Amino acid sequence: MSAGTATAGKAARRRSARPGSLRLILNNTLATGGLVVLVLICLVAVAAPILPLPDPDVTAPASRLAPVFSAGHWLGTDHLGRDLLSRLIWGTRVSLAVGFFATLIAAIFGSLLGLTAGYAGGRWDNGIMRGIDLVMAFPYILLALAIVAVLGPGLLNALYAISLVNIPFFARNIRGITLGLSRREFVDAARLAGKSPVQVLFTELLPNVMPVIVITMSTTVGWMILETAGLSFLGLGAQPPQADLGSMLGEGRKLLFTAPHLSMIPGLMIFALVMSINLLGDGIRDVLDPRLRAGSLTRPVARTEVMREQPVPAQADGQAVLEVAGLRTEFHIGSSIYKAVGGVDLRLAEGECLGIVGESGSGKSVTALSVMGLVATPPGRITGGTAWLEGEDLFAASDERVRQLRGSAVAYIFQDPLSTLHPLFTVGDQLVEAIETHSDVPREMARKRAAELLALVRIPNPRQRLAAYPHELSGGMRQRVCIAMALANDARVLIADEPTTALDVTVQSQILVLMEELRRQRNAAILFITHDFGIVSAICDRVAVMYAGRVVETGRTEELLLNPRHPYTARLIDCVPVLGEPERRLEAIPGRPPVVNHLPEGCAFAERCPRSRLDCRQGEIDLVMTGAERGVRCLYPLAAGERA
Amino acid sequence: MVPYIAKRLLAAVPVLFGLTIIVFLIMAMIPGDPATAILGSYATPENVEKLNRALGLDKSLPQQYLIWLGNLLQGDLGRSYTLNRPVLDEVLERFSATLILAGAALLICSLAGLLAGIVSAVRQYGWADKIITVLVLVGISTPSFWLGLLLILIFSVSLRWLPVSGMYAIYGGGDLPDLLYHLTLPALTLSAVATGVIARLTRTAMLEVLRQDYIRTARAKGLKESRVIGKHAFKPALVNIVPVIGIQAGFVIGGAVYIETVFQWPGIGSMLVTAISTRDLLLVQGGVLVVAAAYVLFNLVADVVQTLLDPRLR
Amino acid sequence: MSGTMAADRLAEGQTLLEVEEVGRVFGGGRNLFGGHRRALHAVQSMSLEVRRGETLGVVGESGCGKSTLARLIVGLDLPSAGRIVFDGADLVEMARKDRRALSRRVQYVFQDPVASLNPRKTIREILEAPLKHLGRLDGAARERRLGELLQAVNLAPEFLERYPHEFSGGQAQRIGIARALAAEPELIVLDEPVSALDVSVQAQVLNLLEELKGRFGLTYIFISHDLSVVESVSDRVAVMYFGRLAELGPAQAVFSRPLHPYTRLLMQSVPAPGRHRLVAEDAAGELPDPYDPPPGCAFAARCPRQQERCLAERPRPDTATGQSAAHHAACHYPLPQA
Repeated sequence: MSAGTATAGKAARRRSARPGSLRLILNNTLATGGLVVLVLICLVAVAAPILPLPDPDVTAPASRLAPVFSAGHWLGTDHLGRDLLSRLIWGTRVSLAVGFFATLIAAIFGSLLGLTAGYAGGRWDNGIMRGIDLVMAFPYILLALAIVAVLGPGLLNALYAISLVNIPFFARNIRGITLGLSRREFVDAARLAGKSPVQVLFTELLPNVMPVIVITMSTTVGWMILETAGLSFLGLGAQPPQADLGSMLGEGRKLLFTAPHLSMIPGLMIFALVMSINLLGDGIRDVLDPRLRAGSLTRPVARTEVMREQPVPAQADGQAVLEVAGLRTEFHIGSSIYKAVGGVDLRLAEGECLGIVGESGSGKSVTALSVMGLVATPPGRITGGTAWLEGEDLFAASDERVRQLRGSAVAYIFQDPLSTLHPLFTVGDQLVEAIETHSDVPREMARKRAAELLALVRIPNPRQRLAAYPHELSGGMRQRVCIAMALANDARVLIADEPTTALDVTVQSQILVLMEELRRQRNAAILFITHDFGIVSAICDRVAVMYAGRVVETGRTEELLLNPRHPYTARLIDCVPVLGEPERRLEAIPGRPPVVNHLPEGCAFAERCPRSRLDCRQGEIDLVMTGAERGVRCLYPLAAGERA
Repeated sequence: MVPYIAKRLLAAVPVLFGLTIIVFLIMAMIPGDPATAILGSYATPENVEKLNRALGLDKSLPQQYLIWLGNLLQGDLGRSYTLNRPVLDEVLERFSATLILAGAALLICSLAGLLAGIVSAVRQYGWADKIITVLVLVGISTPSFWLGLLLILIFSVSLRWLPVSGMYAIYGGGDLPDLLYHLTLPALTLSAVATGVIARLTRTAMLEVLRQDYIRTARAKGLKESRVIGKHAFKPALVNIVPVIGIQAGFVIGGAVYIETVFQWPGIGSMLVTAISTRDLLLVQGGVLVVAAAYVLFNLVADVVQTLLDPRLR
Repeated sequence: MSGTMAADRLAEGQTLLEVEEVGRVFGGGRNLFGGHRRALHAVQSMSLEVRRGETLGVVGESGCGKSTLARLIVGLDLPSAGRIVFDGADLVEMARKDRRALSRRVQYVFQDPVASLNPRKTIREILEAPLKHLGRLDGAARERRLGELLQAVNLAPEFLERYPHEFSGGQAQRIGIARALAAEPELIVLDEPVSALDVSVQAQVLNLLEELKGRFGLTYIFISHDLSVVESVSDRVAVMYFGRLAELGPAQAVFSRPLHPYTRLLMQSVPAPGRHRLVAEDAAGELPDPYDPPPGCAFAARCPRQQERCLAERPRPDTATGQSAAHHAACHYPLPQA
């Protein structure tokens, strides 16, 4: 298949452009700083035996408590006259080793327990997790203290204690991830491919769990070093004459007022060590955590950023309730720019229903969200065009003005009613809030209105339902609540973004019938986003078909469906099976839609179009209006009755 | 809600029961003769013999446990040989001091952590966020026992603003202002790490929530941004933060071990350290048991609060 | 697509799979404190058979148990009641004792093409797994087979070294299909294979499935919520409602002369280009509580033809029969057959 090979080339380019993990860490200044400091400390610690240092344990009472920068003792000496620099380096060595091994032990045993519990489930899970819960029921350090109390003070015992109390932490983390992964379809797929449970665990799950183990390790090493240092500080870890950083600090504390450098210097060293590890650990986490890597953990601001590069076009039609002209919305992710909407014009008359049809990635939802500035910024921004609401330029309006219009003049209904309603507030609270935001009514009135709204969308027992939480309602009921909320303030424009896609087909038709009725009753204009021509037929007066961020064809519904003029429209209609016509052969469209950060010149559909010629791939192709409501963006449009 | 709380309380019983088993087993694992360990190495053979019988050490391990548990339920945790007084009395007295310290620290870290986290999330990548992020990193990377010493050097030795140690002034102290005066440094030191952890988690939780569809809905409704952040985003974030505050309570109580040693606060932490080095194991056992039980109850409260916040958990 | 003639020819095809009174209950039993846990009956007394070489469409809305049924048939889950017989052998026994033997003959294509591919494995590793664990080929033959598989689903050979995230949904689904084909199975269960795909890509995959079926002599169980897709691919259709069979019969008969009022409601609810009027019931039209199923017909509460008997007595799957004996429905008062 030609499209397959063409996209393979693209995929290869993308892969080589993706930087490696180490490069990504080095891009992070703080993490790099941490790495440099840590490497330095490690090098010095490892090199301790070959460095020209005095023996750290040899006492010299004659030169005791020498201050910092004394001759022969850069960092001075302690109360027994031992060289502080030498002790510091040897102590760091011990602390590093203990922290590292404690982490390793905790990680290995914790991960094994977590993997087993998460994958085996059932009794294994129950047994292991009850045990873990029990250990976690002790305050962390207390348990370590109890263990040291039993085993007796000593560095090794402290190491065991610290790793033991950290096992539950790893086990819990890893179990959660494993549990989530083992419900994923690829695990079932591996079972069906003939892999045994043990093979599934180690060849399918472990590679996916590994980054989490690494993240958990890199974020715990510092903590482990602190904790072992703490036990030594209390005199329960390293025993004299051996010293780690904690015990040096503990000894120095006794002379805090006379020789503060004895406690301050080891403390500073612990801080530098742990800080560098934490900086690096954060860097590693940011790189390995896919959520952070995609930059998706950025906070969207209240309103889409508007940075119009071209002059604002003039309003064409004074009659329209809502008019969108030359709208461009882009997403800036890393170095690439996704032109999700590349110059869209729409017009919505009073009481009219306009459908926007397109596949995913066509820009239909982004167009709808751009109107009231609901596209997430970052990474989205509006770079051109405008939206007039009854003559008012929405993109030039103040934030406060847009806020006032949202939910009052223009209301939205979104796709998935479970995720769009707030899970922690009752339906009544959310409705009342919508009412109170835009009108100054007493609470009792607002509640009465809320119940009326629920009755309006045919929810039985509206008064009782006010107290229900969204999760207590079915999908259809939830979407009715969303519609009720959109109607709370007599909106003139309703923007419905695939409002029935998440619903079952019988519920979908209930919702469509309801919306149709309400539209007639209230004379509200609807902008209806969908991918289904069937739905368009049922509810829309006019349609705009979108492809790769632009409107490619527009017209009255019946006319456009009967005589599509753009080859894309025609083929899109033809490739969907229609109930009652099982004999019709489905004409698949070869290839797939272009990615909007690499749009070809000319017509974006040319690559998939059987009618494309040379000039289709050159220059701008305009939307040519052949009537007041009919337009097509094609150099060689289909004649009436012609097939693509 | 009431049945839920009852159910949770009921579920805590096996956990508490499990705690006693673990503590008992830890003590049973002590190498050597427990009676010698309890009485110290200068005990006479007769006394060892007597104690062995009194402790029921000639019986099987489960029998020993039942006897021990029976005593425990009657409030008998044995006698501390170093202090020569009932363990329970000493533990409860010390524990109240720790509760004051840990409670203050927990209050500070919850308030400061939440506030810093929210500011950091709302001003993501701004100056406030950068400063808070660095402070948080410093907070969780600083050994608390060293921070305590540093603060003593600065505020007590150099500036002479605050006392070096203790819970009350030796002469004429004992009132609330005096307590607060002594509490400031240790409570601040103790809360440093937990504040960092909570601030960090709050930031992530807020960022996560702010990307949810229902926040977009709230904005599409025309809500003021302050309401979107303060109500619609904060509540679900809090659902995730509350259990972490519960866990942090454990870290704060544990951290009290260091802080009480540094500031000579007469709490259960410094008692435990002394008891371990003098091998007063009955005292260690009693202290661990009481603190662990209190921690279980605290987490129970955190659980219930979380359920109150999130109706889906009911 | 398969015409009437093909359906007639296949009507004589021998039975490949028999599902007999199968049920699957989740939960139930007693908890730690002796209290009853609530039981959810995902599938109940389900009976149907699949003939060699046909495509059986299974259609129903969310919560009707169609995916649970699919998992039972491929042995990813075990039934709580009833028997499943595959080519004369007890399939449940096979799933329990020798999963590989079952996986060699029955395979599965998942709904979410991307989630069904391990993100940390290359396509080669993913496709090699069934060849290694289920097949008996040596290295060179395996390599050849990999090439054949990719070619069969129209993917370029250089895709082998890539990772799943580099593929679009349609391409990923082709890989999923190639994986199912690798073991050379006789029966493939397709669980909503095109629902996650864009409309323009759906047709590509549907056409590919049709082509592969003829080429490799496969039998399909095609599960979907989309009536038009099911109609276009199926020889026979089973309509499920609330864990039970509502109607079963030749596709043409079911869609042109439905017996069950639920089937008719489904058909009337599907929006189609050029159709303006939608028929919808009142808001009350919802599923009963799955933890507390009604004693009679589960659809009765929504049914315009409801009578007292419907609430009291549960109809058997063959209570009503259509013009041929192969077409029947679980309804006391079926729609008249014009």
